[in-house]
Amino acid sequence: MSRTDTRVGRVEARPTPARSRPYWTARRRDQLTGYLFIAPQLLGSVVFVILPLLLVVWYSLHEWNVLADTFDFVGADNYTALADDPNLGPVLRATGLFSVGLVVFNLSLALLLAVLLNQKLQGTIVFRTLFFSPVVVSLVAWTIVWGFLLQDNGGLNGLLDTIGVDGPNWLRGEGTAMLSVIVVQVFKNVGLNMVLFLAALQGVPAELYEAAEVDGASRMRQFWRITVPLISPTILLTSIITVVGSLQVFAQIAVLTQGGPGTSTTVLVYYLYQQAFQFHHFGYGATLSIVLFVIVLALTVLQWQMRKRWVFHES
Amino acid sequence: MVTRGKGPRGVAVALTAALALAGCGGGEKAGSDGPANLRMTIWSANEAHLKLFNEIADEYKKSHPDVGTITFDPLPFDSYTTTLTTQIAGGNAPDLAWIFENSAPDFVASGALRPLDDTLKSTAEYGYDDLSPATRKLWQNDGKLYAYPFSTSPFGIFVNTDLLKKAGQKTPAELIAAGQWTWDAALAAASASQAKTGKAGLVIRDFDYKGWDNLSTFWTGWGARAWSEDGKTCGFNAPEMADAMTTLHKAIFTDKALPGPGTTADFFAGDAAMTVTQISRASLLKDGGFGWDLVPLPAGPKGNYAVIGQAGIGVLKKSPHAKAAADFLAFLTNPTNSAKLAQFFPPPRQSLLTAETLAKTNPKLKPEQLQKVVIDGITSGVVKPSHAGQAELSQQVRAGLDPLWQPNADVKAVLDGVCAKIQPLLAK
Repeated sequence: MSRTDTRVGRVEARPTPARSRPYWTARRRDQLTGYLFIAPQLLGSVVFVILPLLLVVWYSLHEWNVLADTFDFVGADNYTALADDPNLGPVLRATGLFSVGLVVFNLSLALLLAVLLNQKLQGTIVFRTLFFSPVVVSLVAWTIVWGFLLQDNGGLNGLLDTIGVDGPNWLRGEGTAMLSVIVVQVFKNVGLNMVLFLAALQGVPAELYEAAEVDGASRMRQFWRITVPLISPTILLTSIITVVGSLQVFAQIAVLTQGGPGTSTTVLVYYLYQQAFQFHHFGYGATLSIVLFVIVLALTVLQWQMRKRWVFHES
Repeated sequence: MVTRGKGPRGVAVALTAALALAGCGGGEKAGSDGPANLRMTIWSANEAHLKLFNEIADEYKKSHPDVGTITFDPLPFDSYTTTLTTQIAGGNAPDLAWIFENSAPDFVASGALRPLDDTLKSTAEYGYDDLSPATRKLWQNDGKLYAYPFSTSPFGIFVNTDLLKKAGQKTPAELIAAGQWTWDAALAAASASQAKTGKAGLVIRDFDYKGWDNLSTFWTGWGARAWSEDGKTCGFNAPEMADAMTTLHKAIFTDKALPGPGTTADFFAGDAAMTVTQISRASLLKDGGFGWDLVPLPAGPKGNYAVIGQAGIGVLKKSPHAKAAADFLAFLTNPTNSAKLAQFFPPPRQSLLTAETLAKTNPKLKPEQLQKVVIDGITSGVVKPSHAGQAELSQQVRAGLDPLWQPNADVKAVLDGVCAKIQPLLAK
């Protein structure tokens, strides 16, 4: 209301009331500048995220045969086919196993490294750099090198051989293949979580530890009662990032195991790639990607809701 | 609120314009007017192959000013068909495409390819009837030819005679002369060579415990097959297959005649004594490398046999220059150029399938090698397994066979498992 009043006041003050105000007021210019600044990002999101997302929903309602160039509406057929797909159970199990394994390994190792490297000792910077460096290495290059190391006659078994251990055929065994893929992925990205934890640890006020020490609290007790609650927002952040990332794993599987042996490492993303791009079932592939979307969304919402229970404080 | 005015609308207009631009970018590169630029996807990035293709293309362009450029676009062998179909799905279909036999039924039946009969038959001095009917079979549907049977390449065994001699083994040529060239003898030689030299014995090239269809070069000797002639019944649980796979399993895990899973050995780099592969790989042999020979596949319990791999070249219907592409294909495969290409890709032309003709363009192979491996192979060979929906079948067989590649696998149970997986797909 106050804005309108001001305007009326202004109009009355002018000698020629018929003359309109210039369109490009300072406010509008500011707005235009703002929109122009966000335009590249907005455009990118619309073209590469929102539009494809809507298209995937559209494709999932169709049977799309690329070779025959047919695109037929089939309604919910692709969704009902999910129930009849004998592979979906093992695929979801493999996906769950990978995610749980990755999150548990990655977060515990990252936190352990961060706590160790948070000491004021000589050479910690070298170790921090060493653990972080795989994060900046190309994912495919990293995976290919690990592929060589994990071969039956590869570097790892060669190393084990020198201490008299006959190593398994890592990428070909039903149990070891999944373990190998998880470990390769953990070493690749643990540095990122480590840095985040390190930053959080350094934000914990030193006087809290001093006070606890005066009270006679053990180091373990200090860790659980002071460190963990104070870095809990970072634990939440890293767990969300890691869970979402773990559900999107593709390159490692494609390079190391192609989903084998059997279907033991066929995770959801790899399976939908197979359905769409290898078996030419683009409609069903799109449906699977919606399943993935729903799972990621549900897990993220769940974690976000649960933060109220265990995250100590949020700024 | 009043002042928000045209802001969002302005953004909407800008976005629409940008989307329209983006949309145009993905469209067809050129209309049917102007010089036609042709692109053909192939699996080989081999310099010798590409050089010959480019020479033929240059010659064609001289007499066809309407054709701008002809590009041969090599795609990685392992993901060739996936990459090709992704290009087609993305609206970036090539004008011509090399097609492997394992995806032939899908491509031929899909209607993605343009029929070639009219173009080939109406090309002067083409000699359509010279194309052997046996080689055309896989590429035909309802009497129309959808891809030219560009390469009909029998599998043979390339032998590193230096390695075998070093291991004190008889060479396959000697075994053939003595009438003892059997799989038992071949595997024994491979096993002994591995034990003596430490290098791999025998490698079934491109198998690598995933490309199982290459194993048909082995099990056909036992009379086994992946599925019945009509494609409806699984053949993995047949007794012949169990015998063949038991022999293979023993050769891998007990006798170490073949490198185990996850171990790579390249014959052409001198890392293996023998390799089962196609004649088109002869171009990988380097002059002055090692002593080598090319021999037919050994006899199995069912006697002598041959297996052939086929590849066709088709013209994509979606191509804006389909007519020009078909004309170029007719030129590429005319009698003169077929003779040139025969050094790498055995042609389907009966007139060229003589040891003398092939010898002219195959300086690396002796006439008797050509006669025994190539010509006899093409006339009597069984084509590698192919079926509609091959990619999905292939994946299921691969996953089903994985448990076999363990030292203590139960061969019979694994093979029954393969059939349980693929029978529903075959019955479709």
